[in-house]
Amino acid sequence: MTRDEIRDVVRRTLSAIAPEADLGTLDPKGELRDQLDIDSVDFMNFVVALHQELGVDVPEADYPKLSSLDGCVAYLAAKVCAS
Amino acid sequence: MSEFRMPSLGADMEAGTVVEWRVHPGDRVKRGDIVALVETEKGLIEIEIFQDGEIESLVMPEGEKVAVGTVLAMISGEAAPPPAAKVEPAPKVAPKAPPVPHRTESTGRARVSPLARKRAQELGVDLARVVGSGEGGAIAAADVERAAGQAPPTAPAPAVGPPPGTATDRQAAMRKAIAAAMARSKREIPHYYLGTHVDMSKAMAWLTAENLRRPVTERLLYSALAIKAVALAVHEVPETNGFWVDGAFQPGAGVHVGVAISLRQGGLVAPAIHDVDEMPLNDLMRSMLALVQRARSGVLRSSEVSDATITVTNLGERGVETVFGIIYPPQVALVGFGTLVEQPWAADGMIGTRPVIAASLSGDHRASDGHRGARFLAAIDRLLQEPEKL
Repeated sequence: MTRDEIRDVVRRTLSAIAPEADLGTLDPKGELRDQLDIDSVDFMNFVVALHQELGVDVPEADYPKLSSLDGCVAYLAAKVCAS
Repeated sequence: MSEFRMPSLGADMEAGTVVEWRVHPGDRVKRGDIVALVETEKGLIEIEIFQDGEIESLVMPEGEKVAVGTVLAMISGEAAPPPAAKVEPAPKVAPKAPPVPHRTESTGRARVSPLARKRAQELGVDLARVVGSGEGGAIAAADVERAAGQAPPTAPAPAVGPPPGTATDRQAAMRKAIAAAMARSKREIPHYYLGTHVDMSKAMAWLTAENLRRPVTERLLYSALAIKAVALAVHEVPETNGFWVDGAFQPGAGVHVGVAISLRQGGLVAPAIHDVDEMPLNDLMRSMLALVQRARSGVLRSSEVSDATITVTNLGERGVETVFGIIYPPQVALVGFGTLVEQPWAADGMIGTRPVIAASLSGDHRASDGHRGARFLAAIDRLLQEPEKL
């Protein structure tokens, strides 16, 4: 799976948990939580959806690595390649 | 044969628009099936049916905005609707909802449905001279209309306005509905407020250990623990769980916790999770995740939006320490949680830091008082000290 494909999955997942958000204006390096105003339940839905899409199980201790779009892609790409 | 009417999905709902029928004439339905998608001030709601039967005809075309209580469809079926539906124009759509949100008053006056009361106010009818046709002389809206010399609407009621169209319209409508409910709450409910700080170190330690061994799909959030603790504490102080209707407290039939969800495009919904007191944490967590997801995508179910018996609001996400909540009428209590923070904490003659959360109770003084409210908050605190038992 390429990084672009992973980025697409992340964006699709984000638009499912924040359907009202305009992802076009998303700063890939900025905090997702602040930009999309997502709360802990949304974030949990995000992590579960990523798991379902990519088969990646993100331990709780790694949640901070998913704080930005770029962070998600880098972290998930490493995980997907490793598995 | 029975009538399926536009349900009342909360004290603040006056009208709704059938956006889409999910059934056709001839379809068999059973209790709990979703039969229509209705647009309300609270967004789109999937309307569940409360009886088994067969759809005879769809009376209301899609796109028509009609008042609560208007006949939407005719249903034939072996199972009769619950008795409440006969005396009350706004049928209860949720199987778990209390059968009739009113009770006989000790003065011996006849029972009056909330809609009847509202119609009486609108039409200037004195309820004392209305003869009720319902069970035990209960007064329904139709009785009020008869008394006012006005035929009850047998045909579709006239549209009370154009269906809300754009997202901006919907937001404005939701804001208006929230304003109406909160103004009513502040006008009618004599609130009292209590607050306490809960040491969450045991809860968080247990949660961290649990989540370490749980797969991602089964992990828990501390808000699930807090909501479960509230639901169990209700057993110790039941007068916090239910409704204030027609001058009396009516206990909730079950502990259905309304979870306040703030919508990012503006507005707030507080859909209910049913029977939380009997629900394992795993199921509660799954329900919370699904509920928030559905609220975000803008489609909740009628049973969720209509029958919460107590509300929990968790405003901790954005760093606020304490919530001073406003009760959602006709409920009688609201529990608020603030941010979980590391705080200096004195215990056993030592000062250390602990993760602490501020819990607050907004109580209806007509149904309970500070002493009982304090016991309720103390029970929540105590329950959170034994997270493994939640």
